Amino acid sequence: MIETLTYEYPASQGVQQRAHVGVVASGNCEILLEPAADGSASIVVRTSVTGFGTTWQAVLKRFFARNPVAVRIEINDFGATPAVVALRLEQALESAL
Amino acid sequence: MRRRRKDERLARVAHVVRDGRIETKDATTVLQALLEPGDRVCLEGNNQKQADFLSRSLAAVDPAFVHDLHLLISVIGRPEHIALFERGIASHVDFSYSGPQSLRLAQQVADGRVRVGAIHTYLELFARYFVDLTPDVALVAADEADADGNLYTGPNTEETPTICEATAFRDGIVIAQVNRLVERCTRVDIPGDWVDLVVVADKPYYIEPLFTRDPELIDDVQILMAMLVVRGIYERHRVRSLNHGIGFDTAAIELILPTYGERLGLRGEVCTHWVLNPHPTLIPAIESGWVRSVHCYGGELGMERYVAARSDVFFTGRDGSLRSNRAFCQAAGLYATDLFIGSTLQMDRDANSSTATLGRIAGFGGAPNLGSDPRGRRHSTQAWLEMTSSDEEVRRGRKIVVQLVETFQESGIPTFVERLDAVELGRGAGFPIAPVMIYGDDVTHVVTEEGIAYLYRARDLDERRAALAAIAGVTPIGLRASEPQTQDLRAAGVVAFPEDLGVRRNEANRTLLAARSVRELVQWSGGLYDPPKRFRSW
Repeated sequence: MIETLTYEYPASQGVQQRAHVGVVASGNCEILLEPAADGSASIVVRTSVTGFGTTWQAVLKRFFARNPVAVRIEINDFGATPAVVALRLEQALESAL
Repeated sequence: MRRRRKDERLARVAHVVRDGRIETKDATTVLQALLEPGDRVCLEGNNQKQADFLSRSLAAVDPAFVHDLHLLISVIGRPEHIALFERGIASHVDFSYSGPQSLRLAQQVADGRVRVGAIHTYLELFARYFVDLTPDVALVAADEADADGNLYTGPNTEETPTICEATAFRDGIVIAQVNRLVERCTRVDIPGDWVDLVVVADKPYYIEPLFTRDPELIDDVQILMAMLVVRGIYERHRVRSLNHGIGFDTAAIELILPTYGERLGLRGEVCTHWVLNPHPTLIPAIESGWVRSVHCYGGELGMERYVAARSDVFFTGRDGSLRSNRAFCQAAGLYATDLFIGSTLQMDRDANSSTATLGRIAGFGGAPNLGSDPRGRRHSTQAWLEMTSSDEEVRRGRKIVVQLVETFQESGIPTFVERLDAVELGRGAGFPIAPVMIYGDDVTHVVTEEGIAYLYRARDLDERRAALAAIAGVTPIGLRASEPQTQDLRAAGVVAFPEDLGVRRNEANRTLLAARSVRELVQWSGGLYDPPKRFRSW
């Protein structure tokens, strides 16, 4: 059972390039990031663990409040903790700048 | 009076004892004849070494004769320890830790079969052996005994000397199970005239490889947190002497010293003197010349030959084998180290922490002792003095107590909570106080994957709570943080994010580990480390 969640945040900054971090393995997640043109950030989460929508929203909201970057992000999650997700997001951003 | 009672007890078993020896098959008979209802019995259930032959023999006595014993045991770790309560042989217990049996212990307490005196820290329990909990009978474990009753305990001396001292010099009876009888002990750890009876166990004592962490299982978040600790705490405060708890997060720190720490130029400057079991993950740091000394609570399976070959670093006997001692090591960790760092399952907004969760009475082992500020300390070091901002003529420093936690547990449960489960657990079990592992007012630093809260720098309680919330991620506590206040706290140096410390998240990956597998630890040791089978994947 895979749950798909989508989120969107306003964005004012650009990134240079695509990034790919993490792997789809137990307790981990893979993040694909690419620059977006339209001044907003859109995120699609596909997760094997259902029922954590509010936690995802809190992690992403916090990340984009600190980093308002115009990107399209795809997250393939296999039970990563919020700590792992936050780290992968920051790593993807560091690689894309 | 006590001496006469002891002589009477020994007279009751004289017919089955020859030259201080009990036949293996007679162990239960002897215990049943010696023990009296209500006796205080100290059973050596160490963190690692277990007097398991004697505990099995004790669990087999007839409760019609031997019942309502008061059990003194540092670690309730084996099924037969619980059987003592189930069978009514013991009905009162004082202990420190019950990790593997925590669920069953809680059940026994709930059923009214056993009354818990208190959950102690190790040093506290040992101290009481010399005050109001002196054992009538001690059941201990050793590797060898000679004809005079001298004992050799191997690398896992642990608490045998403490238990024997408290018992023997107050006319209690010391019974030792040994793996074998020898002509001459490899080393005398316990003098023979402290020991009354010796029995050869049916099989060698059980021992648990408790301190082996497979580097294979260390993840990037743990490496990030390790980098934060090295930069934001060890380097900043010049931490020279320290203790690490058991865990993958502290193993990660040990494994990045020779890589990340080396690059920062910290070798010889920090982490030189350790109070620690022989963690295999410390091997690369030792081999790279970081470590001057290590004193150990106990041994670790597979580390025997390595320790013997590194007697410049470890405390060893003339035979080369490790001499550990839990009481001295706990005293060393309390008074002589700059820093303790460990982990927990739950932390509240005031940084009180506990590993006690509902339905389990787990206890805490050494953490409450090591993770506390000894107010009797009178020698100073840079790290100790840096914990005070006072410029008064008369001032004292403070121990650095670090809690290292991810904001969420693997199961998605928040680590930061409104109220510790320990509060309700304590109430339910009828304890006068909630079983808190480390009190928040002893904690100087909290590290999460979000950053470091330098709690000792907070000006008041509100600022302290705000600093903790700032690094508590998206837990209920963390969501209370206000972004402008967090920025102020970063500017004031009360909170640091990775970028504030120059820690790059992209570097936080497994290539930073000096060894990435148990096999690489063996290679670092030059083949001297001999890991238990379950850690061998090759």
